[in-house]
Amino acid sequence: MDVLDLARWQFAITTVYHFFFVPITIGLSAIVAWYHSRWIRTRNEEHLRMAKFLGKLFTINFALGLVTGIVQEFQFGMNWSTYSRFVGDIFGAPLALEALLAFFLESTFLGLWIFGWGRIPERLHAATMWIVHIGTVLSAYFILAANSFMQHPVGYRINETTGRAEMADFWAVLTNPVQLVAFPHVITACYLVGGALVMAVGLHKLRQNQTKGGPSADRRMYRHAARLGAVVVLVAGMGVAISGDLQGKVMTEVQPMKMAAAEALYDTPPAGECAPFSVLTVAGLGGEDPKHVIEIPCLLSFLGTGSFDGQVRGIADLEAEYRASFGDDELTQANTYVPPIAMTYWNFRLMMATGFFAMAVGAWVLWATRKDRIPMQRWVFGIIVLTPIATVLGHSFGWIFTEVGRQPWVVFGEMATHTAVSPSVGTADVWTSMLVFTALYGGLAVVEVRLLLDYIRRGAEPFEAPRLVEDDQPLEFSY
Amino acid sequence: MDLITVWFVLLAVLWTGYLVLEGFDFGVGMLLPVLEGKGTERERDTKRRTMLTTIGPHWDGNEVWLLTAGGATFAAFPHWYATMFSGMYLALLLLLVTLILRNMGLEYRHKRTDREWVRRWDLAIVGGSFIAPFLVGVALTNLVAGLPMTEHTMGTTKYTEFDGSLLSLLTPVALLGGLTVTVLCVAHGAHFLALKTTGEIREQARGIATRAGLGSAVLAVVLFAALGAQRGTTAAWVVMAVAAVALLAAIAANAKGAEGWAFAGTSATLGLTVVSYFVMLSPNAINGRGDSADLTLAAAASSPMTLTIMTWAAVVFTPIMLGYTVWSYWIFRRRLSVDHLPQQHAVATEAH
Ligand code: HDD
Ligand code: HEM
Ligand code: HEM
Repeated sequence: MDVLDLARWQFAITTVYHFFFVPITIGLSAIVAWYHSRWIRTRNEEHLRMAKFLGKLFTINFALGLVTGIVQEFQFGMNWSTYSRFVGDIFGAPLALEALLAFFLESTFLGLWIFGWGRIPERLHAATMWIVHIGTVLSAYFILAANSFMQHPVGYRINETTGRAEMADFWAVLTNPVQLVAFPHVITACYLVGGALVMAVGLHKLRQNQTKGGPSADRRMYRHAARLGAVVVLVAGMGVAISGDLQGKVMTEVQPMKMAAAEALYDTPPAGECAPFSVLTVAGLGGEDPKHVIEIPCLLSFLGTGSFDGQVRGIADLEAEYRASFGDDELTQANTYVPPIAMTYWNFRLMMATGFFAMAVGAWVLWATRKDRIPMQRWVFGIIVLTPIATVLGHSFGWIFTEVGRQPWVVFGEMATHTAVSPSVGTADVWTSMLVFTALYGGLAVVEVRLLLDYIRRGAEPFEAPRLVEDDQPLEFSY
Repeated sequence: MDLITVWFVLLAVLWTGYLVLEGFDFGVGMLLPVLEGKGTERERDTKRRTMLTTIGPHWDGNEVWLLTAGGATFAAFPHWYATMFSGMYLALLLLLVTLILRNMGLEYRHKRTDREWVRRWDLAIVGGSFIAPFLVGVALTNLVAGLPMTEHTMGTTKYTEFDGSLLSLLTPVALLGGLTVTVLCVAHGAHFLALKTTGEIREQARGIATRAGLGSAVLAVVLFAALGAQRGTTAAWVVMAVAAVALLAAIAANAKGAEGWAFAGTSATLGLTVVSYFVMLSPNAINGRGDSADLTLAAAASSPMTLTIMTWAAVVFTPIMLGYTVWSYWIFRRRLSVDHLPQQHAVATEAH
């Protein structure tokens, strides 16, 4: 493998890994904050116990999101220095703003929430978790603005003398049409993950409580969590589907090749004919003759354009056009303008499947826990484990689809990925860093999962009324 | 002042904030095995936990200064960001790994109480607290002392690319820079602990602070002389002299028991060290070693539009950020002693 392949693998590994934790952080912080404020409103002890219990799971997860995020901040300089030079003018700004506006907020207020028991007035204390949540959402906004620029560059001009992209309109960068649909999609998909996690943990503890015969207050508490999680899954799932549909339309417009690849649509349908949506393809994704075994007539036209007879262009057409317009510039020349089709095709479908699966589970949980019922069948345990994992993987599938489907571009239409890599970094360097990160991340994942399971097993602690700690009294929380 | 200078100054501010703030939490980390004293395992653990609790709510926010410095370099000086981080590739990798392990230690140490667990994460915290400031010191000193670089052009802009190896970062003066920053952080952390605790930890922290202070004073004078001889200007010499005086004043204040002033003194020393470095860098972003080309700020900078936008963002949001940061330090202002610690996370001393 050359430096380019290694750098791509490293970026893919570290970013996908960072994004295992991010959706949990965004989704769970909202639910923890909700339970905490709810306790202040209702004085229902179970709400506070739940806020603290989920809060612990949250901090265990946050740790990994944080440390893997540090790598992200420096990676562009390490492996993609030519890219950083070319678009730093535009791409650097949202990254710096993310740190200044979001990271300070998250870290400071999370410190206040964790160590603040007994030291801050209770309303303010609940507010700190909401502020953490706002920080995570801001963080997502800026990083997605940066990513959207790569998908569909706007608000810039190429300076002919320096050969670099320069900012022309920052507002346009922040309100990129791709960003306006990606942001709601990502955020709702994060709530989907948060909901799925709380639903699964609640249901699991509920069943355990039934088997082992715990107190009825606990049963009420876990049932509440399971059902709350299920409602979040259903509502967020609808949001994900609606925003995803909008994204498909924007994508067909700005990156038609990605949509064609996602559908393995090689030839543009003849004028007057609509494009079918293929649900399953068995062979031919590498060649010119795919065998779509299940197709829904005209659905692709609808997804892509909003009308059942809209025209969606095929790969062959687009490839010829890109070759003609981008073929003779050093920065935009590529061997092929077609992204890896099988990757794009399958990741797109897997992403959608995880959402529909989670929503089906959510609906089933609401039904199975109606009136005091508790589903005790053995197979339910499988669902409990699978659902949150599926929703997290949904994010990975979605991102792999988005990023791989953009290839060969790193900045669509302006810079091909192979020109973006650092010239001064050798293969030995990147092998080293890739192996180190992979081993380290792998090890940390094992530690984190064990710890999470351990805390889930222990469950929520008994209620203890918070009190304001006087100066000479022991703290409520310490190392 | 033109915008390029404004951003150069703001980066100096960010690095100052980083070293002054994370400097003390590095110091606390390094001092854990020293100030835990000689008692039983349980007593030593309680002391460690007390020290960690003084930095508990703050270390993550402190580290964000580094992330912001990284992001701001990217936005304001893309060529600087690209050259520095691709050039110092393996050293940066080591720093990232160190910070990852140290942060995980700080997050996970108290999540379980069995001995092995606590010991391993303590190792990560202590080791990380030694290695990270050393690497940061080496990196910053290298920017000033000079890196081997070759010149390239992009359009009409001249920029430079690092052309050395890991070994070219390990010069004597850079290693001295790393060592000085590390020992300064020990003194700084000791002043912080003296300010934030009561009882034995406070007494012993003051003792250590004097010794670490004197050690870092000697190192700093040698470092300043070496760097100054190479790159010194009048302004740089003045700043370095003031930094040295602040350090001596800190040592004196500590001897008199004026803990607040002592902490202010080492804060000033760390901050002024950064300032002197930036004075010796200007008008470059990275000095070239020997005959090799410098990376100038003008060549490294973003367009005026980006710099303007970033300036407005900094003007509006920095005060807000500083406001809540100060507020969180105020909330956790009170001194801690071993008697304040609840026992929920005490290490399990009986064998598991
Ligand atoms: C659990 C997560 C999850 C679920 C259930 C879905 N998505 Fe998604 N999708 C993402 C998580 C995600 C993501 C990881 O968040 C992506 C990657 C980039 C982005 O903006 O969001 C994404 C990207 C993404 C894109 C690519 C945008 C682009 O490259 O410009 C499209 C067209 C869709 N989604 C459409 C859908 C549709 C129609 C869905 C279901 C009906 C759907 N997604 C469910
Ligand atoms: C967090 C969600 C993200 C995931 C899971 C993700 C995933 C990926 C993957 C899998 C690749 C490799 C593509 C290939 O090798 O063909 C990649 C490439 C890349 N992505 Fe993303 N990405 C994410 C977000 C971002 C964001 C937010 C940015 C920018 C801020 C970004 C910038 C890049 C860059 C610079 C590359 C390298 C060039 C390339 O190989 O395409 N990514 N990403
Ligand atoms: C590839 C570019 C990315 C960079 C440079 C980056 C940078 C970082 C950094 C430095 C942190 C640690 C902050 C701290 O110390 O508190 C972090 C955490 C976080 N990042 Fe990323 N990130 C990237 C991708 C993403 C994406 C695509 C999103 C969201 C859509 C995101 C959302 C978050 C959130 C919410 C956190 C805080 C929560 C947590 O730590 O779990 N990041 N990121």
